[in-house]
Amino acid sequence: MQDHLLPRDVPVCLIEKDGTARGDAQYRMPDADHLLDAYRALVEGRRINDQASALVRQGRLAVYPSSHGQEACQVAASLVLGERDWLFPTYRDSVAVMGRGVSPADAMVLLAGDWHSGYDPAEHRVAPQSTPLATQLLHAVGFAQAAKHRGEDTVVLALCGDGATSEGDFHEAMNFAAVFHVPVVFFVQNNEFAISVPLSRQTASPSLAHKAIGYGMPGQRVDGNDVAAVLAVLGEAVDRARAGGGPSLVEAHTYRMQAHTNADDDTRYRERDEVRAWIDRDPLTRMRAYLTASGALDAHAEEQIAAGAETIAAELRAALNADAELDPEDLFRFVTAKRSPQLEEQWELLRGEIARAAASDMSTAGGSR
Amino acid sequence: MTIAHDDFRLDAAAPTMQTMTMAAALNLALADAIREDSNVVVFGEDVGALGGVFRITDGLTERFGEERCFDTPLAESGIVGTAVGMAMNGMRPVIEMQFDAFALPAFEQIVSHVAKIGNRTRGSMRMPLVIRIPFGGGIGGVEHHCDSSEAYYAHTPGLTVVSPSTPQDAYSMLRAAIASPDPVIFLEPKKLYWSKGEVDTSLTHDLGTARIAREGTDVTVLAYAAMVPVALEAAEIAASEGRSVQVIDVRSLSPFDDKLVTAAVRATGRAVVVAEAPGYVSVASEIQARVFERCFEYLEAPVRRVTGFDTPFAPPKLEHFYLPDADRILDAIDSLHFTESDEES
Repeated sequence: MQDHLLPRDVPVCLIEKDGTARGDAQYRMPDADHLLDAYRALVEGRRINDQASALVRQGRLAVYPSSHGQEACQVAASLVLGERDWLFPTYRDSVAVMGRGVSPADAMVLLAGDWHSGYDPAEHRVAPQSTPLATQLLHAVGFAQAAKHRGEDTVVLALCGDGATSEGDFHEAMNFAAVFHVPVVFFVQNNEFAISVPLSRQTASPSLAHKAIGYGMPGQRVDGNDVAAVLAVLGEAVDRARAGGGPSLVEAHTYRMQAHTNADDDTRYRERDEVRAWIDRDPLTRMRAYLTASGALDAHAEEQIAAGAETIAAELRAALNADAELDPEDLFRFVTAKRSPQLEEQWELLRGEIARAAASDMSTAGGSR
Repeated sequence: MTIAHDDFRLDAAAPTMQTMTMAAALNLALADAIREDSNVVVFGEDVGALGGVFRITDGLTERFGEERCFDTPLAESGIVGTAVGMAMNGMRPVIEMQFDAFALPAFEQIVSHVAKIGNRTRGSMRMPLVIRIPFGGGIGGVEHHCDSSEAYYAHTPGLTVVSPSTPQDAYSMLRAAIASPDPVIFLEPKKLYWSKGEVDTSLTHDLGTARIAREGTDVTVLAYAAMVPVALEAAEIAASEGRSVQVIDVRSLSPFDDKLVTAAVRATGRAVVVAEAPGYVSVASEIQARVFERCFEYLEAPVRRVTGFDTPFAPPKLEHFYLPDADRILDAIDSLHFTESDEES
């Protein structure tokens, strides 16, 4: 009876892992220009992931949750949104954040430890990256409710992983969104693991997308390593939300190729053979094979794309190798719009400590002691 | 149902001074805020047709429509979390948590997001939302309906935590809370919902300030919420025994009005802090510590606390044993090392 709400048994796929196109009655293949843009973003996203991981090893980033292997999801999440739309990302979605125009350096402020968020959300229409799981899904719903209240046609895309679907806030967000019929698309990147815990410990449902029907919204499954399919399925969900069709849930089946973060040892919870098997499904090689075969990509274009990605990586390196100027008064500046007398007193205390430390440094340097 | 604009003006032209209950004052504050700012929305559980279990939102849906006052699914984290998103997108949500302990499922949203988003985004996103929580005991409520959670919120940087004790403050403080660019935990003492007083709707309020509820020269009693009338009762009895008790309504738990409190205690040299929450690691402890730090050289006696016991809130038939009363406050006052010369002065 509710067939239109049910996801497919097999995730939507438009380009096979060997690069051949597959026809689909419901979802159209994006056009060649669109796919070439997506391929460029995939290459840049991979380069950013690898560069950021290297910066962790060099001690320039405190931590980096890599989306290596999930770039098709990241790229599609930013490409399907219009200028007025909003993205609500998690800590693993830095590549999607940059896809919205946030500079690599600004996107890394949280992970570098300079501040809790490095960009102005309103400037790029990107909410701060959320570290607690699923909490941002509710923010996305409320944000969309406000847009609907004012009669704006903003669509909000809310990202989360498979682990987040076990949280109470995931349920509350889906339920509120459906009850209030707001223009939100929930996009779950199912990468098989919540740190070390496999999907089988998160859910007993046939798929995460199947959860949607329980809330009265459509759910769909998509091959998360096929950027063409993710663009088509997410794009359709965004268009429907914009047209007043309400919320929906898209589950991308993908895989986290690297450890959760540099602090994680993934050899303790998964076999290398399992990881290696996913190399064959890499989103970059698949799209490269398709575009090359169709003549949209040649060696020259490949070189240009690679050079562009190198430039971005160099910018990121340079930004993180230069220590940001930090102002200790910032600790007190933004706690509330109006600074309390208590915070004024505490800043005076810290200022005194800093002044005394500086005076002591100077006297030591001058050898006067 | 939509009300014509002229009706609003009629309302606004009504006398600004009238006697009403605290519940009515809160209702009036919500109605005035909704009318004056199109970004203000009120929502929660049962706030629509029912008008809230305490009727604080009575008639708002009828007067202003479902867009401005509406019921949500029964989910506290959902209520707070969506309010966060609305505030991010320019609205000023005023949400109701129905009962103090029912707010706990929303605690993560309040602590991790409501309190921090302004700071996280270096002030580019503010959280102008108000979380109204009926709190405290004294109404014979059953378990989970009478808790005092103020210390959890006051302990969280980024949250303004206030509680009125009079209909006037209820009105002015709620208006100020809604107007504030920062998130406000607005604790409504259930026991005082039906207490009456004059309300002048033209009076404004600066959140963060305490109020001298009664002048006195021998000892300062610092109280808030439902304990203010109890402190005033104790002061009245003390006066009949020849002792002059000053009562301060702290009313802003965070930030705290050190200036007024410090000056007051220095003048009397003695202080008692009264709260109905458990005393261990409490707002009362914090007030006591601050008074000690700032007034030590002026004190004639240790600063005493009179609080609820460190037990889960009492069942209805035992709550009168739990809640501080005038006698317990008077005993504390009597222990403040008064000498005969004090008594004469």
